[in-house]
Amino acid sequence: MIAKRPPGRQLLLQGNEAIVEGALAAGCRFFAGYPITPATEISEVMSYRLPAVDGTFIQMEDEIASMGAVIGASLAGVKSMTATSGPGFSLMQENLGFACVAEVPCVIVNVMRGGPSTGLPTSVSQGDVMQARWGTHGDHPIIVLAVSTTQDCFSITVKAFNLSEKYRTPVVLLADEVVAHTREKISLPHAEEVEVIDRIRPNMPPDWYIPFENNSRGVPPMSAFGDGYRYHVTGLIHDVRGFPTQRPDEIVPFMDRIFRKINQHFFDIQMVNTEMVDDAELIVVAYGSVSRSARRAVREARERGIKAGLVQLITLWPFPRQSVEPILRQVRAALVPELNMGQISREIKRINQGVARIETISRIDGHLITPNEILTRLLRI
Amino acid sequence: MAAVTKLVHKYLRHDKKFPNVWCPGCGNGILLGSLIRAIDRTGLQKDEIVIVSGIGCSGRISVYVDFNTLHTTHGRALTYATGVKLGNPKLHVIVIMGDGDATAIGGNHFIHAARRNIDLTAIVVNNNIYGMTGGQYSPTTPYGALATTSLYGNIEHSFSIAELAVMAGAGMVSRGTVYHATLLDDLIEKAIMKRGFAVVEALSHCHTQYGRRNRLGGAVEMLRWQKDAAVRIDKAKSMSPEELNGKFTIGVLTDRDLPVYTEEYQKLRESARAMMSGAK
Amino acid sequence: MDSHAAGEARVERYEIRLSGSGGQGLIFAGIILAEAAGIHDGKFVCQTQSYGPEARGGASKAEVIISDHEIDYPKAIKPDLLLAMNQKSCDSYFFDLKPGGMLIIDSTFVKQLPTTRAIGIPFTQICREKLGKEVGANIVALGALATLSGVVSLSSLEAAVRNRIPRGTEDYNMKALELGIESAKDARRFRTETELYEDTSD
Repeated sequence: MIAKRPPGRQLLLQGNEAIVEGALAAGCRFFAGYPITPATEISEVMSYRLPAVDGTFIQMEDEIASMGAVIGASLAGVKSMTATSGPGFSLMQENLGFACVAEVPCVIVNVMRGGPSTGLPTSVSQGDVMQARWGTHGDHPIIVLAVSTTQDCFSITVKAFNLSEKYRTPVVLLADEVVAHTREKISLPHAEEVEVIDRIRPNMPPDWYIPFENNSRGVPPMSAFGDGYRYHVTGLIHDVRGFPTQRPDEIVPFMDRIFRKINQHFFDIQMVNTEMVDDAELIVVAYGSVSRSARRAVREARERGIKAGLVQLITLWPFPRQSVEPILRQVRAALVPELNMGQISREIKRINQGVARIETISRIDGHLITPNEILTRLLRI
Repeated sequence: MAAVTKLVHKYLRHDKKFPNVWCPGCGNGILLGSLIRAIDRTGLQKDEIVIVSGIGCSGRISVYVDFNTLHTTHGRALTYATGVKLGNPKLHVIVIMGDGDATAIGGNHFIHAARRNIDLTAIVVNNNIYGMTGGQYSPTTPYGALATTSLYGNIEHSFSIAELAVMAGAGMVSRGTVYHATLLDDLIEKAIMKRGFAVVEALSHCHTQYGRRNRLGGAVEMLRWQKDAAVRIDKAKSMSPEELNGKFTIGVLTDRDLPVYTEEYQKLRESARAMMSGAK
Repeated sequence: MDSHAAGEARVERYEIRLSGSGGQGLIFAGIILAEAAGIHDGKFVCQTQSYGPEARGGASKAEVIISDHEIDYPKAIKPDLLLAMNQKSCDSYFFDLKPGGMLIIDSTFVKQLPTTRAIGIPFTQICREKLGKEVGANIVALGALATLSGVVSLSSLEAAVRNRIPRGTEDYNMKALELGIESAKDARRFRTETELYEDTSD
């Protein structure tokens, strides 16, 4: 059903619908997907929105195929996206690794549901944080962002496309069942107000084009198939021309570069929101829908005279160490509530190095952590 | 010989990556020759062509030719090709896969690409074995044959790739061999020019892994078998089932006009535009 | 800090839970209510619903949170208003209701009330008798809910209903909305009488 739109750009949208709006605003014109709860609405809305803007939607035979098609379309020069949930995200991992190594920009939305396996298909979870970082085999760089509100679903999706285009890398957008299905009022900016970044295309004569050149940014210009720059794309480790190589003197610079292009631009990539941390003695580190519970808990703690603060992570990977570490040095304790057995809290403990006391709340029963659970713990610490 | 050299100079990448990875006598070289001759005859520009390949011996073809080339993951070449074609429908996308690539790990993608009748050319190089990994049985290894994973004889039954493609809905399906190289040139050329999903099953030989283990001789003997066992499709029509026992047909098995996915999608776009502008 | 009385201009956080059995259109009603308050009244809104197996049959629910400020936790903590369209949902969710919160029930189906303060209106029966069908009982209930709580303006509610319903059902649904508003006015009179009676009996 195509809902008629109220006047103006203020809309009541589900998170999943706002992700579609963000993708379209960022210039996404290709979507391949396979039905899966709780991400299906993204496919449904894409299926009627994309063809109307000269884009393409295709429902593939599985998630492996969806990820393959997304990479193919991006190589043809079209900004591309897929959306899935746990089981489908597992199936995408091999081709996701291809996108990392062949440096193909694309956005993968994972609306997290309870796992492992078929798990809790209709329940909220944050169990795929580590999978998003390490899911595909081999050492590889990747960018992972987490959304918490419908407005985020729009703006962070735009950001995901921009980062993927700028750094020629797949970007994983982690949503969860609560964010995906909550309807909120959002204000959609007009097209000209949205900052959209496109991949840099080569402008030199084709003979001069070195498709995987090690330049100062670490990100070579990317030609689309058919643009006159014929080159080879492979998942094998390759030399600067894209041809497979086994030579250590070509392998090492390649691997160094694909890590460097992310690390070198760390401050452009890391996004963290802080609230009331300046004088905080206790902080809550949260992301996704849990950060909303945390925000309420921190405000209620403040009303009771507790100096609490909130650190909301938007960039999960590369882990925003530079933002979080100084805060850990200033507080007495940090509480990390998450809907898994402790995935980001491991990272917090790693960078904390025993400076502050780290407490965790793990909830894996398919329900969102409530503000009261967090507040109760804050009162006890 | 001069004509061959001319084509080699025109279409092969000679800046790097030769000699190739294939064993002396391999059918992949003949197939590569057929592919180049067929493309040359179509008159298409190099920039208009995308070669997508999977993983395996045949998968390495893409690195040697001077087109837009994409060497994908194992079994998934058709999915990448689907994305490329939909991303830029003006491109001619030719997909090269092996038998294990297309019908085992990629079997699902193969039948669904055929079902959609998406405008791609799919060349399946069938040598009845996983060659690159050292000779394990594939979905086209004959019953009883020996492989490194069927040392007691293969107890599985093989697919007929071409017939599978016909049943799944491909617009054009043909079968050739690397022995009948000039026929193969024709079949590939027709497949490239066909609107819709066009499959060419190219029977090849792996004397290193399959022939040796099953005492079928070297490359020459295996090519001779292709010559003897192949029957042109028009000739097969007048032959009895007894006469056809142990033989296989070559030529264009199916050529039909079915709705093509890419063209259907263009129509869908027009109705979507009309509906969405009406809704506003 | 949680809430002010319904109907006041400033709303800190007002939580509404609409409950009943799957098929009674409660999620749809939640979306309309959220759109009325969010888009037409200009408030912040957050609408969630039961999802998956629990959304079918039994006790299905939709929640709407309305606030003048950005909404943090998206789900109801202690609902200020509970609409129960069947007995099971009334029994399941009554204890979540904030003390002094408003309970509105569909007296067509809810025969055992947990409190005498409950406002009972036979939404489904009204719909069936006046419009000939039970479809639309959710819209009747919305009309009553808005009138009794004042949490959204009736003009906004009408606009949201018109925007969300299928084309060609405008007359039917406007009638349903009107019936809901009328029924609430009657119920309010009835409630006042009951309360007076309760006061004198003490």
